[in-house]
Amino acid sequence: MLNYIIRRVLYAIPILIGVNLLTFLLFFMVNSPDDIARSQLGAKQISPQQITAWKVKRGYDKPLFYNAETKEEGVLASLTDTLFVKESLALFIFDFGFSDAGRNIATDIKQRMWPSLQIALPSFIIGLTTNISLALLIVLFRGSVLDTTTMIIAVMIMSISGLFYIIAGQVLFSKLWHWFPISGFESGIGGIKFVILPVLIGVFGGIGSGVRWYRSLFLEQINQDYVRTARAKGLTELRVLFGHVLPNGMLPILTGVVVVLPSLFMGSLIMESFFGIPGLGSYTIDAINAQDFSIVKSMVFLGAVLYIIGLLLTDISYTLFDPRVKLS
Amino acid sequence: MKMSFLWTDMMIWLLVVALIFWARMIMRSPQTRQQWRRIYESPLAMACSLILLTYLSVALLDSIHFRLALPTQADSKQVNYDINMKSPLDLLFAHNIDHSERTYSAPFARNEFVSSIIVNEQGITEKAYLPLKHVATYLGINEGSGLDIFIKSIIAIIMGLMIGLIFVTLHMLWLKRGTQDSFGHYLQTVKQGKTQLPWRWAYATFLFILVMSVWLYYLNLSYHVLGTDKVGGDVLYNTLKSIRTGVLIGVLTTVATLPISIILGISAGYIGGWVDDVIQYIYTTLSSIPSVLLIAASILVVQVTIDNNPQWFETATERSDLRLFFLIIILSITSWTGLCRLLRAETFKLSQVEFVTAARAFGVGKFTILRRHILPNLMHIILISVVLDFSFLVLSEAVLSYVGVGVDPSMHSWGNMINQARLEMAREPMVWWSLLSAFLFMFVLVLAANLFSDRIQVVLDPRNEA
Repeated sequence: MLNYIIRRVLYAIPILIGVNLLTFLLFFMVNSPDDIARSQLGAKQISPQQITAWKVKRGYDKPLFYNAETKEEGVLASLTDTLFVKESLALFIFDFGFSDAGRNIATDIKQRMWPSLQIALPSFIIGLTTNISLALLIVLFRGSVLDTTTMIIAVMIMSISGLFYIIAGQVLFSKLWHWFPISGFESGIGGIKFVILPVLIGVFGGIGSGVRWYRSLFLEQINQDYVRTARAKGLTELRVLFGHVLPNGMLPILTGVVVVLPSLFMGSLIMESFFGIPGLGSYTIDAINAQDFSIVKSMVFLGAVLYIIGLLLTDISYTLFDPRVKLS
Repeated sequence: MKMSFLWTDMMIWLLVVALIFWARMIMRSPQTRQQWRRIYESPLAMACSLILLTYLSVALLDSIHFRLALPTQADSKQVNYDINMKSPLDLLFAHNIDHSERTYSAPFARNEFVSSIIVNEQGITEKAYLPLKHVATYLGINEGSGLDIFIKSIIAIIMGLMIGLIFVTLHMLWLKRGTQDSFGHYLQTVKQGKTQLPWRWAYATFLFILVMSVWLYYLNLSYHVLGTDKVGGDVLYNTLKSIRTGVLIGVLTTVATLPISIILGISAGYIGGWVDDVIQYIYTTLSSIPSVLLIAASILVVQVTIDNNPQWFETATERSDLRLFFLIIILSITSWTGLCRLLRAETFKLSQVEFVTAARAFGVGKFTILRRHILPNLMHIILISVVLDFSFLVLSEAVLSYVGVGVDPSMHSWGNMINQARLEMAREPMVWWSLLSAFLFMFVLVLAANLFSDRIQVVLDPRNEA
């Protein structure tokens, strides 16, 4: 097991290098080291000497990919003594550097992770349980009027823009009926009133596609031989559904669920900015609007790491829950 | 008049031509014809595809751009052209562009929504709701509004029905050509739904769409049917202009992803080995980056490049068009991975199946196996994912514009409309019409696409045979 995990972690490294290469290229297409120096120094009149001094101090004076000065020390030295390697290594130890406003990005991220999770985790858990229970209910009544009407409603829910749910929810529940505050955030128990509305909207917006997806997963199981055997044994339809279809359907559900778990930390961009939640989602949006590339770059790296952890967790959970899968 | 060839215009027209050729090509095979006939046997699929076709034609109508010549001075030989590009759709709505209001007004309103301070005849300043310019031009200010709307609606519905029935009759005559049926008898067959394809539903949808459009257009001549926005632009016109952006992003992006995902997916699944490893590496890397962030980063690069090179563009439309063009390319780079992964798995499965092994044993060449045995069996996955991607992209355009990394803020798009209207949410009473029209037009388009993809899935997915 440990061997397998180590191998998978090693496999993640080239992917992260690829991600870095991509962001690095994009980053330096807009911001040359000179631009960064100028914006960091801030003053209007900056002498070229000042820029050079700043670049030397921060290591930005090195070439991007290939350092010709260190040629005599060998190819390896000229490839490693570059800006790209330096920047990537910093990211690998989660040293994200400073934002344009001069704040430490790593500290910001650590702070803003929790509000994001406070919204994302309840939405995720409540959403998952609602979707699966609804899907099971529909599968129980498959082929009936209930099935067709729910499916039509599901397509309609799915076809409405997520922005509509947020705006309609804010107008109805906060502006007209004053049930919940329109936006804001507080940590701890007192903050629960701020959390309810975003969670409700998040769950409702996801019901359409979620129910359809889980329904199709369960329907695929229901035509299998083992279900027929279970019925032949004389089990009730409920026992068949909960005792046989649900556990077997759990496997494909697992794939979809585990992979997004780590990404919950990233929060939801739109939800957070509409509800004024100081999480990572709104952090990202603010960074995009302010064209703060250092933050965008850090978030890209963080997102990629979390996604890869998700993939790894999926594989591990498969081996734990599906006896047919062997580690290889 | 001078024609302007925008990048996205050329792409969409090229695509239309390619689609026609492709349709003619695949319709040669009787099985494909049979399958498509089965798709259209469902009245819902028929209605949905008519709605989709309507959206596409509005988008195409808005995808021909030209610049009108300005009136020349007597002494100069040189002709100057208007810097505002026009499309046929703009010409249809010229009355709305020329009579743009000053600020918000509600649907069918005759006065502005916001009061302004004026000085009346006695020289006293007072607050008043000024009458709308456009409405006043076509309507005596004192004319009874409710009755007028009613009469005009009746006229519009009758006109719409008349135009529609002419087309329906022509189509029926064309359908029954070559048969000995009398027209009256054929009409009866259509009415009772005894035709092979559900033509009566098609006619009903067609008439409905036509009456709605005639009604909207005719009433918009004298009112603002959907109100006006912050700077006084007609909301109906804005919404219709947004169709082009939405449809282009949806259609062009999905089509642009197809060659990448099909070629890479099939080669990974069929060839295997190091090719598989490399392709898997590429798509895992790409999909591990949160797509909004990748789009944001790339759009920032594009925007900076565009801002640094103003000399490339003659007009503002060309500039925003280039951004749309790059947005489409970036979106297709981020969204090919899903389909590619599906195709890889399916190709791998198919290449182990008996009929492929048999073909290989008979010495059939690799490419022939791909073309004859594997590709046709992947078709349903590709088609379903095309339509689903389309609706996903139309929805995400709005989200991206909200984040600020979508189309140019000056471009007509549903995302920009929502974004502008959102800022006015706090206003009391609320300005709801802009938001609602954008959401409604988007909803109809996406719903039609989703329902259509469901039908494709039912007919084409081999697992549904039983």
